[in-house]
Amino acid sequence: MTAIPMEYGLILAGILFSLGLIGVLVRRNIIFILLSIEIMLNAAGLAFVVAGSRWGQPDGQVLFIFILTMAAAEVSVGLALVLQLYHKFKTLDADAARKMRG
Amino acid sequence: MNSIFYILSAVAIISTVMAITRLNAVHALLYFIVSLLSTALIFFVLGAPFVAALEIIIYAGAIMVLFVFVVMMLNLGPQAIKQEKEWLSSDMWLGPVILSTILIIELIYILIQHGRQPSGIIVIGPKQVGIALFGPYVLGVELASILLLAGLIGAYHLGRRAKAVETAKSPGNTKDNEKNAPSPPFSKGGFSNEIAEGESQ
Repeated sequence: MTAIPMEYGLILAGILFSLGLIGVLVRRNIIFILLSIEIMLNAAGLAFVVAGSRWGQPDGQVLFIFILTMAAAEVSVGLALVLQLYHKFKTLDADAARKMRG
Repeated sequence: MNSIFYILSAVAIISTVMAITRLNAVHALLYFIVSLLSTALIFFVLGAPFVAALEIIIYAGAIMVLFVFVVMMLNLGPQAIKQEKEWLSSDMWLGPVILSTILIIELIYILIQHGRQPSGIIVIGPKQVGIALFGPYVLGVELASILLLAGLIGAYHLGRRAKAVETAKSPGNTKDNEKNAPSPPFSKGGFSNEIAEGESQ
């Protein structure tokens, strides 16, 4: 059995992260922006697990669990904010909320 | 083993590309679930079975279901897809795609300059992860529980406040009242709180 090179795992994590970054920059729908943030968090977790697997230590997996926790908290608050935005502006356009105290 | 990794990587990248380019939000979420499943299999191949299970249970199971519930609750019609089509014009996405591609090419160039380090030789099971999690990282576990509590209270507060604001506003000035009148009653209230509560347990 040949082992997988660590660099390939990190390159995959980098590609997924940059795809999430493109999603954040390109989309204007706020649900897609949240989804792209999830993609980026998942890619960061993948990089941690790959690095932990390289040295045979459980620390990478522990960090992934912390990232998972943070993603769960972030998405519950973020989706509550999305619902608020939709009820206030009747649109999912992120530009609708550019005015403070609007 | 290696070819499995490459196939899974290709599936993950393709499904993520599909997820960020779809016009319909539900289609994008389903493509992202495919991407998460392939990432979970990559974790399994890399010798991290516990995290692979967590990825499916929490990410694909809980977080994505939360997304799907919210998309269903917003009740977006065909006009939303039409608007998405207008927003996704080529002059809009060309700049960010080029800049991000430059960044990822530089990252790949730096990574493949060094020698190949093997990974995934030994399997790290749940027992070792648990010993590390509740040994040296126990402070992090406590902080994560505080973060989940903050997320729970934040979601509860954001869910409650709209109802309070709307009822406070309705007897007040009539212009605001007319503007807010056709909006449907707030059915959101306890929803995301329940989910957040379920996650924190």
